[in-house]
Amino acid sequence: MRHIIAVLLENESGALARVVGLFAQRGYNIDSLTVAATEDPTMSRLTLVTRGDDQVIEQITKQLHKLIEVVKLVDLSESAHIERELMMVKVKASGDQREEVKRCADIFRGQIIDVSPTTYTIQVVGTSDKLEAFIEAMSNTQILEVVRTGVSGISRGEKALAL
Amino acid sequence: MSQQNQPEMLSGGAMLVRALHDEGVEYVYGYPGGAVLHIYDALFQQNDVKHVLVRHEQAATHMADAYARASGKAGVVLVTSGPGATNAVTGIATAYMDSIPMVVICGQVMSHLIGDDAFQETDMLGISRPIVKHNMSVRNPADIPAMVKKAFYIAQSGRPGPVVLDIPKDMTMPNQKFPYSYPKDIKLRSYNPNAKGHPGQIKKALQTLLAAKRPVLYSGGGVILGRASEELTELAKRLNLPVTNTLMGLGAYPASDKQFIGMLGMHGSYEANQAMHHADVIFAVGARFDDRVTNATKKFCPNATIIHIDIDPASISKTINAHVPIVGLVKPVLQEMLSQLDKQDSKSQAQLDQTALNQWWTQIQQWREVHGGRYEQRSDLLKPQAVIEAVHRHTKGEAYVTSDVGQHQMFAAQYYKFDKPNRWINSGGLGTMGFGLPAAMGVKLHYPDAEVVCVTGEGSIQMNIQELSTCKQYGLGVKIINLNNGYLGMVKQWQDMNYDSRYSSSYMDSLPDFVKLAEAYGHIGIRVTTPEELEPALERAFALKDRLVFLDIHIDPKEHVYPMQVPGGAMNDMFLSKTERT
Ligand SMILES: Cc1ncc(C[n+]2csc(CCOP(=O)(O)OP(=O)(O)O)c2C)c(N)n1
Ligand SMILES: [Mg+2]
Repeated sequence: MRHIIAVLLENESGALARVVGLFAQRGYNIDSLTVAATEDPTMSRLTLVTRGDDQVIEQITKQLHKLIEVVKLVDLSESAHIERELMMVKVKASGDQREEVKRCADIFRGQIIDVSPTTYTIQVVGTSDKLEAFIEAMSNTQILEVVRTGVSGISRGEKALAL
Repeated sequence: MSQQNQPEMLSGGAMLVRALHDEGVEYVYGYPGGAVLHIYDALFQQNDVKHVLVRHEQAATHMADAYARASGKAGVVLVTSGPGATNAVTGIATAYMDSIPMVVICGQVMSHLIGDDAFQETDMLGISRPIVKHNMSVRNPADIPAMVKKAFYIAQSGRPGPVVLDIPKDMTMPNQKFPYSYPKDIKLRSYNPNAKGHPGQIKKALQTLLAAKRPVLYSGGGVILGRASEELTELAKRLNLPVTNTLMGLGAYPASDKQFIGMLGMHGSYEANQAMHHADVIFAVGARFDDRVTNATKKFCPNATIIHIDIDPASISKTINAHVPIVGLVKPVLQEMLSQLDKQDSKSQAQLDQTALNQWWTQIQQWREVHGGRYEQRSDLLKPQAVIEAVHRHTKGEAYVTSDVGQHQMFAAQYYKFDKPNRWINSGGLGTMGFGLPAAMGVKLHYPDAEVVCVTGEGSIQMNIQELSTCKQYGLGVKIINLNNGYLGMVKQWQDMNYDSRYSSSYMDSLPDFVKLAEAYGHIGIRVTTPEELEPALERAFALKDRLVFLDIHIDPKEHVYPMQVPGGAMNDMFLSKTERT
């Protein structure tokens, strides 16, 4: 099962290495990992997408908790949540293709954020599934480059991962 | 502000040493080098914190580790950057695997050189990350007292473990002084181990135990580390539980008591492994269901309800699912169980299923008679088991026994019947050859009046033999029992059992004359080659109170350790001798 784990981490050097090292040492999967500062400069927030059966996920959350610099964490997949990922795709687009690419981007609520005579760069935001569907939809187009931020997640409603 | 209230101004190096003193540290074990010279100079200028100069940094870590195992307080190591730090790695990993509190101070190159491949630079934070509870680097000398406090707090609280403190040389400059004060307390928002255990879970555990028909109490190193052997013993007695200890947990329950059924696991007793396999309730206390205990997890104890107390939630349901998990320090949890038992005492006694328990004990008694720790008796050859039994007699079972890794370790665990906790000191998790001698030294230094015995093998002892020199310098009168079988015996045993006795590199040619070697280092060596020589040799060795005596005891080179679990089997699939299998 795919799980999205959000972690509040002390903003100290080496803290991120500890998290990544843990996954490598214990052979856990990382599908994606994002990290950035929060409104509180002493903490950063990390979103991890991982896979495993219940036992593995339980171990992952417990082992993460054990790291001294992990302040708090939540498995977002356990309750209602929102996940978003941002992707930029650069495609070959000339002649007739340009219209088609644009239509496709519109369907996915993508934005063309850079244009050259032969290329379009499209930004798409959504769940990982949606981004994959977009790539799928572009299969007739020559994709030059794909870059994804990895998933960020947040709980729905009043629930918050905060101190 | 008056003169007196003004904090003292100290250099980083001096603050470090003062902080250690304020933390109650008496000894630091280490080895000097470029990056720690300022610290060594600060040590030189005071007398509160004493430094023990080892001959190899690995030995410093094992000394600190063994001190911690015996005393419960973190041991402290001081090494230089680069090779000094990397030499300490095995000892850090050893402590980590057995959850031993330790603070390792590593020198580092000057801050501005970090990352430049400077002379004696290694990324010790990176190297040690997977084998420490935590590690930190000093960025500002003024932070040193608080960081020392934090290091000790983390090392000693919750599930203990080693903490590495990396200190760049420029953090300890003698001419840069800072106001010194040592924090009384520390609180970390990201770390506060839950000590007490959930009362509801504790109640459920007690009910499960009271209803058990075939219970086993399985306790591990957590009870030793958590100083809870008194509570454990009381609870076991009140509930009439059979008790088995892990290799790390020996001594938590008195081995001479009739409720003790021996060690469990790979080289556990027949009765302990059988009882575990057939149990309906397993009460695991400060133990972690490691693979040397469970054998194949799929076949593990098929009928048991499992109660598991551990301070580390990650240890619970990691390999074996716990039905009644309790996260907490073993001591307060056991105390809570005892007090709940007190409250409902008259009722609860009635609740114990005495008939079932009696049947269970009858069954266990029958299992006891099957193997019962028997071994071949020979008049022409010294048997290692007999040597350990003799050492037990000569030390009245009161000695601190350290060991290395191999057959001798298992014989010591099986045949030295530990009645007290913190007396059996061995590398269980990592299985580090070379641990035994420095460990004995660490204990002897702190308990000079206690008998400290190192049970070792001719292979293991050579991994830190240089420490005989340290023993001379500090007058450490440990007794070394070298069970010399001329082989890397445990390797040979596996080769006998699984590789048609093809002894690939398990035989050591050209062993040194250990007696002369001991003498060369200024100690006493005694060789024992026949059974008749054993008693007088032990007599003489233990009479030499303050001297290190190296007993080189030539034992049966063919002996194997039994029982031994059959790999891939259940708890109770065992070889009982070279010819018998369950
Ligand atoms: C540092 C290290 N290297 C290798 C091993 C693997 N090993 C385990 S037991 C053993 C043999 C130990 O021989 P010895 O000390 O003579 O003890 P014996 O088994 O003969 O009693 C070896 C090589 C180990 N545990 N530690
Ligand atoms: Mg040997």
